[in-house]
Amino acid sequence: MDRTFAVAIGGAAGQGVATPGDIFAKLFARRGLHVNAYNAYQSIIRGGHTFLTIRTGIEEVKCFGDRIDLLIPLNQDSIDRHLRLMHSGSAIIYNSDTIRPGGPHEGVQLCPIPVNQLSKQSRSKVEQNTIALAASVKLMGLGFETLAEVLTEQFARKGDKVVTENLDIARIGYDYAAANFQPFAPPLPLSEMRYALLSGNIALAMGGAAAGVKFYCAYPMSPSTGVLHWMASHARDAGIVVRQVEDEIGVINMAIGAAHAGVRSMCATSGGGFALMTEGLGMSAMMETPVVVIDVQRAGPSTGVPTKTEQGDLWQMLGAGFGDFPRAIAAPTDILDCFKLVPEMHNLADRFQCPGIILSDLLLSEGRSSIDPKQLTFDTEIDRGEMITTNPGGTTPYNRYQITESGVSPRAIPGVPGHTHTASTDEHDENGVLISDEFTNPLKRRAMMEKRQRKMIGIEAAVKPPVLIGESGAAVTLVGWGSTDGVIREAVEMLNEDGISTNHLQIRWLVPLHGEAIVKILKSSKYSIIVENNYSGQFARYLRSETSYVPDGYIRKYDGEPFMPHHIVEAVKEQLASETHKTLSVPMHEIMV
Amino acid sequence: MATVLEPQKLTAADFKGKVDPDWCAGCGDFGVLSSLQKVLAEMNIQPHDVVTISGIGCSSNLPGFINTYGMHTLHGRALAVATGVKMANHKLHVVVTGGDGDGFGIGGNHFIHTIRRNVDLLYVAMDNQIYGLTTGQTSPTSRIGMKTKSMPYGNVEEPINPITLALAAGATFVARGFSAEPKHLADLMKQGLEHKGFSFIDVFSPCVTYNHDNTYAWFRERVRKLENDPSYDSSDWHEAMKRATLWGDEIPIGKFFQRTDRLALDQAEPVLDHGGPMAYREPRIPLELAKRLIKELM
Repeated sequence: MDRTFAVAIGGAAGQGVATPGDIFAKLFARRGLHVNAYNAYQSIIRGGHTFLTIRTGIEEVKCFGDRIDLLIPLNQDSIDRHLRLMHSGSAIIYNSDTIRPGGPHEGVQLCPIPVNQLSKQSRSKVEQNTIALAASVKLMGLGFETLAEVLTEQFARKGDKVVTENLDIARIGYDYAAANFQPFAPPLPLSEMRYALLSGNIALAMGGAAAGVKFYCAYPMSPSTGVLHWMASHARDAGIVVRQVEDEIGVINMAIGAAHAGVRSMCATSGGGFALMTEGLGMSAMMETPVVVIDVQRAGPSTGVPTKTEQGDLWQMLGAGFGDFPRAIAAPTDILDCFKLVPEMHNLADRFQCPGIILSDLLLSEGRSSIDPKQLTFDTEIDRGEMITTNPGGTTPYNRYQITESGVSPRAIPGVPGHTHTASTDEHDENGVLISDEFTNPLKRRAMMEKRQRKMIGIEAAVKPPVLIGESGAAVTLVGWGSTDGVIREAVEMLNEDGISTNHLQIRWLVPLHGEAIVKILKSSKYSIIVENNYSGQFARYLRSETSYVPDGYIRKYDGEPFMPHHIVEAVKEQLASETHKTLSVPMHEIMV
Repeated sequence: MATVLEPQKLTAADFKGKVDPDWCAGCGDFGVLSSLQKVLAEMNIQPHDVVTISGIGCSSNLPGFINTYGMHTLHGRALAVATGVKMANHKLHVVVTGGDGDGFGIGGNHFIHTIRRNVDLLYVAMDNQIYGLTTGQTSPTSRIGMKTKSMPYGNVEEPINPITLALAAGATFVARGFSAEPKHLADLMKQGLEHKGFSFIDVFSPCVTYNHDNTYAWFRERVRKLENDPSYDSSDWHEAMKRATLWGDEIPIGKFFQRTDRLALDQAEPVLDHGGPMAYREPRIPLELAKRLIKELM
């Protein structure tokens, strides 16, 4: 067996792909194995084809990988789609009552299970899944005890009878596999570590709780809804007011209202919802009320492909809202980073009293990964910036929008005596009085514009420039942003193993960009390639517009599915070998999901 | 010798804003502003305990003309912003002001949902049946036949009735005022501020520049105070609906409806039960809870 092992479960939505998926992920995490899971699914409640890949290994698993070692098709459609991709040494566990496998490649072990014959009770899909699960555990060499423990927990809510039934049927499947199939050799390694399993959405929501978010609101929109679900189910324990709002226009306005009254406030949506929020974003900037907005990107434009991933919203974020105003935009690079970035963004938004945007995507938000629980720190720094929450006395006149060198003016929240003022979306003077209608004044307008924009200097200084990963002077430099970090890292390892020296630059902060630092790194690269999950190379265009830097090549993917490591490796090789100076590669996604 | 300082009684002058209103001379909005200032002073509510929130439009300039905390937000969004303010600090008095275009046109969705949530705030709509700040176009409350720059041959669309709309959406306090009846209006505002829940007052606030149909004189001839009818019971929703549809020679003003048996959103939200306003709570969650949140994921 290789250093990682991937199980895939395929079936129709409603057939119960998620539960065995959860159980596998838990089994691995509890045996001290890392996990990375990606679910390819569709916008349908019953039917279609759902394909969940769970990859595990003793070291950090950066992405869902290139290969499936064990396939569990729950219906004929699933085996038909994936059989040809199964390689020598892999296995397929299936219900021989309902599935005809066809001819696999040489060396693929077919593991038919006569479910009807094995199950004493009435036929049901749950039995099929539990038997398959138990047979898999046997083949992987994980031992029955952990499975029994996880099954007991999983079905505890349904009562003892269901637990016992599942344990009995699991034992049957386990024993059947022991008697009839060849286990994977060697068995999966184990460690004493215990990991937490988080989706990016849970990490973002928990990051909010760690940041001290006290108001969260949203309108349901895939693939961001998971943040709302976590927030709603933990609201009472964590003391967070959570509201589901009538639309995303209401969402951002409500979030800003709460922030203005003094709490840390956050909301999440996807591209379409964000489009509705853009006027509100400008209000946050103009009133100088901080708000943090999470955009979980999905394949656009318009309704697009709601259950598929893309990095296609960058330009929307850069240009969201009319007029010029300061903002901060960052894209987390993995699921743990989803958790870490949220408090950082809140600190920045509070300190500079402007909107902060977190750019996740379906891959991160709905993917799952194992995290060392020690990394989930809830004692992170909370910096609310210059906020006035009490007035101990004195009646010095208060100017909410006082012109300062930093551009930041101390912000009094409503309720503080002696500091009444009006915050306005109209242009205003230092004391908040409108200079938009009766008292327009070019000098004042210029001063206020410059005051607000000066905050960008502070924001830039507060954020570290990106650093090159790997040896400088490599033959190839791969540049990515946000969620592609894991897959690029793995591709870099593979390229280096193949003798193509490769290093890697991953961009986390998009605004501020630190363009000079990026160009300094890339100027010394021999062949630079920008890798991104969109059609037009949104980051490449942005980098060029900010720095005039043009890379040597591009790798892009816009079919709704994320990159797999071999897509990048093959594209790099293709570009290096190209005599016709091919500079754009668009890898084909081989898995039909 | 110790002296006991009586807390100074507030007057309307304490609520005078940094600048004077820039409304046209004779605008109905003056009456609304002065009634609001007078009521807040009478109720002895401190200026810093009030947040006046508006959208965009002539009447939405009001927060700039009153000495309270103010938010002059986006066109149509004041109620959403106000809900957020109330959730973050439910001890604040929240007053929302705006016009008919702002509240019933672009902001119609938030109007319905803020009512549904029964957010504890006073919403005063200055209804002049015209878009004033954009120099005179048809509004959602313009009457059929009214000629404006956007409907020069006369409006053919049925207007919204803000009162029946609010009643149908489940508003717990619904009233109508007339800016030329400041005492009556001030009394409605007082009742609205005292009401725990969403209080809506639609105020006839004539536009002297662009609406030549629904003038002061036109309203004066027609308005009849519900309070003058001793048989009227404002707890009767069906009767309120009936009265609200009256329009013509007689147009009722006053309190159409009030019910006090529904919780306001801040009362219904369990997180707000203990611990005071969210804005003043400890941001960090307890370590024990943090451990539990992580354990759930193991």
